Amino acid sequence: MSEPVLSVRGLRTHFITRERTVKAVDGVTYDLHPGKTLAVVGESGSGKSVHALSILRLLPEPPAKVVGGEILFQGRDLLKMGSEEMRAIRGNRIAMIFQEPMTSLNPVIKVGEQIAEAIVLHQGVTQEKAWAKAVDLLKKVGIPHPEERVNDYPHQFSGGMRQRAMIAIALSCEPDVLIADEPTTALDVTIQAQILELMKDLQREYHMAIILITHNIGVVAEMADDVVVMYAGRPVEHAPIGELFASPKHPYTKGLLGSVPSIYVRKERLEAIAGQPPDLSGGFVGCPFAPRCASVMERCKTDDPPQFHLAGERMSNCWLNEGESVERSHRHESAGAAK
Amino acid sequence: MSVPPLLQVKGLKKHFDVRKGFFGEKTTVKAVDGVSFDVMPQESFAVVGETGCGKTTLGKLVLALEKSTEGSVLFDGADISKMNGAELKKMRRQMQVIFQDPYSSLNPRMTVEDIITEPWVIHDMHKDPAERAKKLAKLLDDCGIAKSYLPRHPHEFSGGQRQRVGIARALALDPKLVVADEPVSALDVSIQAQILNLLKDLQKERKLAYLFISHDFSVVRHLCTRIAVMYLGRVVEMADSETLFNDPQHPYTEALLSAVPVPDPSIEKRRKRILLTGDVPSPLKPPSGCRFHPRCRYMKESCRVNDQSLIKAKSGHETACEVLPFKDKRSEAALVAL
Repeated sequence: MSEPVLSVRGLRTHFITRERTVKAVDGVTYDLHPGKTLAVVGESGSGKSVHALSILRLLPEPPAKVVGGEILFQGRDLLKMGSEEMRAIRGNRIAMIFQEPMTSLNPVIKVGEQIAEAIVLHQGVTQEKAWAKAVDLLKKVGIPHPEERVNDYPHQFSGGMRQRAMIAIALSCEPDVLIADEPTTALDVTIQAQILELMKDLQREYHMAIILITHNIGVVAEMADDVVVMYAGRPVEHAPIGELFASPKHPYTKGLLGSVPSIYVRKERLEAIAGQPPDLSGGFVGCPFAPRCASVMERCKTDDPPQFHLAGERMSNCWLNEGESVERSHRHESAGAAK
Repeated sequence: MSVPPLLQVKGLKKHFDVRKGFFGEKTTVKAVDGVSFDVMPQESFAVVGETGCGKTTLGKLVLALEKSTEGSVLFDGADISKMNGAELKKMRRQMQVIFQDPYSSLNPRMTVEDIITEPWVIHDMHKDPAERAKKLAKLLDDCGIAKSYLPRHPHEFSGGQRQRVGIARALALDPKLVVADEPVSALDVSIQAQILNLLKDLQKERKLAYLFISHDFSVVRHLCTRIAVMYLGRVVEMADSETLFNDPQHPYTEALLSAVPVPDPSIEKRRKRILLTGDVPSPLKPPSGCRFHPRCRYMKESCRVNDQSLIKAKSGHETACEVLPFKDKRSEAALVAL
């Protein structure tokens, strides 16, 4: 396999206030390869968005603090870079699109200017050239009449068009990595299908790596090559897409897949996971999923499971998979994990 | 059928007048524009559509929270638009609602007990303390709410737990019909599954009919037996759930179904997707003729002018398309004017 473009190693991001410490992300490790899509799946509060913002160093410090791990982008640790260096990468080599296109575009600046801004900043070209490129980009993301639309303000765009404009901004510098945080959650299904199709086309064209953050299992099935399932700030399972759906290892993954209704199969009952996600400020004794787990054992209540690495590039964070594991590691380890 | 329908909606319209700017010209948004359907007792009927198709307005009209421009809503045979305040109040005992957002639909200053029992106070029911306690205990048990929640306030709970409180409040009066407007779309998947299972169990146990308003076909397929698909204020297709999913007879339904991502990569790789071009047109200026024609892949010249109403494609299956049913040779013979 090719060299990973981005390697996250034991990333831990905590929110530290006087009253308490919330371990929002507590040990995430993965490799991202060029031209591939890695989906990070989880429910609200699982740490999937915080992990993405940590990569781009967009979290306010304090209260947020990256307390451990490294993020290697083309071999260099983003966490050790100065703010100047980081700014040259952010929006240029690593770009991001957000869930809510209305709040992430500036309402008083023309769409064209918002696209041109990044081009002028990172590529040092003239305003005219950047403007021409903005028109090209709008055309590329499928906005009709881009020559006129480039002069519009965001409120003149529909939700789907705004998300297309966001994608145009993200692609303006042809990034190596695109982080898409719930890119279609605010959109209707027919528009969602258009945007996902567009992302796939552009990925092929630019050979981008995509980190897709979502809670929608259907979108994962459509887009991803590899999947990281997160729960309570930690990855509980990591597997190639086909294997994950064919034979989920971790009980949480099984529960998650079982709770999704499908238009193809009518299930009499959904296999819901009982209970609620945990509070992350307490710290856990044993496995954080144990109170909701259908196959919980005595041991799970006291022993925090390590990451069990299984055959076929898979990882499961569950004692049930101890027997099949070829290697084990702790999720906080930053050197030589994942493999 | 010998049983009369519980809810009959006939040619229902709701038009809103809007002005573009202070001095601008007056135009009309036809949010709901001629919708008819019946909901049988104990049936779960779904209205599905995208943003702005008028499904929420339709729900409000059925609940008499909005006054219709034209048409009628009959609940148990009585026209709700002709009712006065006292009659409406009485009727609403039979017809309750569950809202989408469990954060804004519960009063933050009331305890869970007050929220759930408020309908009894309003309708002057169950005043005997022993009876009341018994009723409440049963209700909490049915909805999966722990007794210890009662003295607490809504902010102490997560979305799924709040939605359970909202459901308990709706069921406190033992209604016959529950209008549920996107009741699970604000919830995480694992919690969504809990609530869907709960709604299904409650329906069986309490013999409820649901008017389920949603944008999510997978959720609707799981819960509902009959489905109406809305587009720009109209019902474009109506059929039994299984029939609709296996053999859609309107191009919009066909495209919608193909756009829903399926949580199974092996199906996802095989299936063909129909990508609709463009956005939903503005309801201020709906297209002439068939409202779907600018985005339709089967469009014929006549679709630009012919505004097709619902026709019967086969038994129990109606569509507002004059082209697609004929594409399929099997259903051609069955096509008769309604």
